[in-house]
Amino acid sequence: MESAAIGAPPVAQRRWTRFARAQRLTRFMVYLVIVAAIVASLRTIEVIPEFLYDAPEQMVDLFSRMWPVDWSHYPETVHEALIETINIASMGTLLALVLALPVGVLAAHNLVPFTPLNLFAKLILVSSRSVNSLVWALLFVGIFGPGALAGTLAIAFRSIGFVGKLFGEALEEAAPGPIEALTATGAPWWSRMNYGYWPQVKPAFWSIALFRWDINVRESAVLGLVGAGGIGMALDSALNLFQWDRVALILFAILIVVIIAEVVVTQVRKRMI
Amino acid sequence: MNPAAPAAGPLPDPFPRRIWPRVMWVALSVYVIYACAQMDISWERLQIGLANAAKFFSRLFPPNFSREDLLVKGLLESLEIAVLSTTLGITLALPIGLAAARNLMPPWVSWPARAIIVMARSFHPVIVAILFVKAVGFGALAGVLALTVASVGFIGKLFTEAIEEISLKQVEAVRATGAPFASVLAYGVMPQVFSRFIGFGTYQLDSNLRNSTMVGIVGAGGIGGTLFAAFQRFDYDFVCAILLSIIGLIMVGEVLATAVRAIFIDNATLGDLFRKRSKIPRERVLEDD
Amino acid sequence: MLELRHLSKSYVAGKPVLIDINLEIAARGITSIIGPSGTGKSTLIRCINRLVEPTEGEILFEGADLARLSGAPLRQARRHIGMVFQEFNLVERLTVMENLLSGRLGYVSPWRAWRRKFPESDIRKAYELLDIVGLAGFAHRRADALSGGQRQRVGIARAVMQEPKLLLADEPTSSLDPKTSVEIMELLAGVGRAREIPVLINMHDVELAKRFADRVVGMSGGRVIFDGAPVYLTDAILKQIYGGENWLQ
Repeated sequence: MESAAIGAPPVAQRRWTRFARAQRLTRFMVYLVIVAAIVASLRTIEVIPEFLYDAPEQMVDLFSRMWPVDWSHYPETVHEALIETINIASMGTLLALVLALPVGVLAAHNLVPFTPLNLFAKLILVSSRSVNSLVWALLFVGIFGPGALAGTLAIAFRSIGFVGKLFGEALEEAAPGPIEALTATGAPWWSRMNYGYWPQVKPAFWSIALFRWDINVRESAVLGLVGAGGIGMALDSALNLFQWDRVALILFAILIVVIIAEVVVTQVRKRMI
Repeated sequence: MNPAAPAAGPLPDPFPRRIWPRVMWVALSVYVIYACAQMDISWERLQIGLANAAKFFSRLFPPNFSREDLLVKGLLESLEIAVLSTTLGITLALPIGLAAARNLMPPWVSWPARAIIVMARSFHPVIVAILFVKAVGFGALAGVLALTVASVGFIGKLFTEAIEEISLKQVEAVRATGAPFASVLAYGVMPQVFSRFIGFGTYQLDSNLRNSTMVGIVGAGGIGGTLFAAFQRFDYDFVCAILLSIIGLIMVGEVLATAVRAIFIDNATLGDLFRKRSKIPRERVLEDD
Repeated sequence: MLELRHLSKSYVAGKPVLIDINLEIAARGITSIIGPSGTGKSTLIRCINRLVEPTEGEILFEGADLARLSGAPLRQARRHIGMVFQEFNLVERLTVMENLLSGRLGYVSPWRAWRRKFPESDIRKAYELLDIVGLAGFAHRRADALSGGQRQRVGIARAVMQEPKLLLADEPTSSLDPKTSVEIMELLAGVGRAREIPVLINMHDVELAKRFADRVVGMSGGRVIFDGAPVYLTDAILKQIYGGENWLQ
């Protein structure tokens, strides 16, 4: 039987492979690199065998010291520290929202069609994201001294990258039609932003804000380990004094706060839809 | 209500005043004032701090790259931690995530698996790192284990969600051919979730890279330890060098992650990657930290 | 009123979409541009208010060459040209009233626009226009709660809010059903006659064009090959416009 397509090999000789040769080659190379990276890492990582064998015993020891949990410690320090943690998370998020808006706008090419500015804004966003909130906290403790101010700024500066990136992407995905219409009426740039883009990205913006607040509650809890306020400071002192029952209390408190934050966020999300 | 316009005289309000936004703004302002008071934030402290900041920044620059071997050693260790924890995390997250899928597994399998994933997500990697340092001692192993837990939590959750969203019809179709369970997984389930899985995996690698620069602060290995030590010694120009290297490393990581996604999800070849960027479609957004 | 001289546009070098267009639009009347898809009708309309950048040529309007303007003068010129779109291009999450008033954004400072402080005359005009387009009572509805025909009415009202000297319409009825299309065309024509401004409409429905236009411009292959009253639009000419293989380059 002749094959229907001119120029195609007869049916019996056709092979089905999932990917074309160039694609297979590329995938293979990626696999190779991944495997090499894993092998190299395994080789060079320091594992002290004694510690490894010791580990289960150590963990059992740890948990036995954590129980019973020192509940009485709560009212004195933990409660206030928890409030401070939530405040750090909330204020940090608010500050980040304010700062991230202009940066996100600058990063969106359809709003600011000036590539050097876009790249500069994206650089700010990447740097903000690459540095951990804990490291930001270190920096700010160095500048402003220990306390919640450093923590708030650390959360804010870390979150700018997150909010700015997602917000910039929401802006780039906005429908161009209404913007075209507003341009055609002779509206100036700011009015185009306000009437054309903002109504479209508003839901995304609040969603991003909520999302980041949730993450920030978790982040704020540990900033105190470097002195930036919140419950982390209580955790730090308890750890330093090897008061594992208090550590257990603090960890439990953090868990509860994180769960509450998640519930709040889920409820608000439902109302927003 | 028909707000038609009279020829003259008062007009109906063109913008109905909504009360909720007003209330929200007021509540927000009140909260800000309260929170600043509670946290002891005031203009004076900011001003003092800003003066400090100027001094601080002058000591940060120019960055001091002279202690390269220390720097490189730390960065490499962070890289190793990221690679190993992502690998181990993915390896563990696959079966656990699969087990947690309610549409494929019976409850006595899915509930424990879901519990594991929730526990893994609940604690900040730094806290988990502290616990592991106590268990296995200082060093990169603690870091790897801590970030593995974080990875299992993240990838496991998203993987389970992806599986629970698949179209069961495709699974049924494969099952109807009489294929064994493993093949049903391979041909019915995997194709639908694979591309998202690549996305999760590459994102988690970046995330672990970011976190691996931090767990060192509590002794779990990586450049974080170097950074912390330099900080405490007031070697701020070295701190600056470390920070710049971290930023650079993570930028490289993000570029590589995008490339891997393009290769596996969009079937790009090396040539495509280097040609005009327009060939690589926009990646789907995924941020969790 | 509007004069196009040697207007050309190529999106890709060597593949012109508009070739040496010369047109004069008088101060009144409905002009309809017809032609097969891809022949540059939409590009032509969009070049007029510079939504698309012409490659060559002059666009003379109100004593200025629109092709040479930029910045504030361009915005001011655009205020006098109203445009209606195929996809309506309303801001979905805003109300009908807000969409209408956005037609005045070229006249109101950004600060007042943000605070929604439009002059009373504008608001009055908005309500009147709502009546004219048959949407009285819709002022506070969100744009995405409207049907296609209703949205296009809002679109037309928005364009008229600008108090334009020229009305452009890019395939205003292509997304609408036949009955609604006729209603929208009647509205456009009515508005044009009542305000004594020229209306330039892009369309692919020849019957509608013949029915409502005073003048038909037929394009093919990026050029104007027919220009005259609808009665002269014979089948032979239509075949020339729409038929043949070389209307795509």
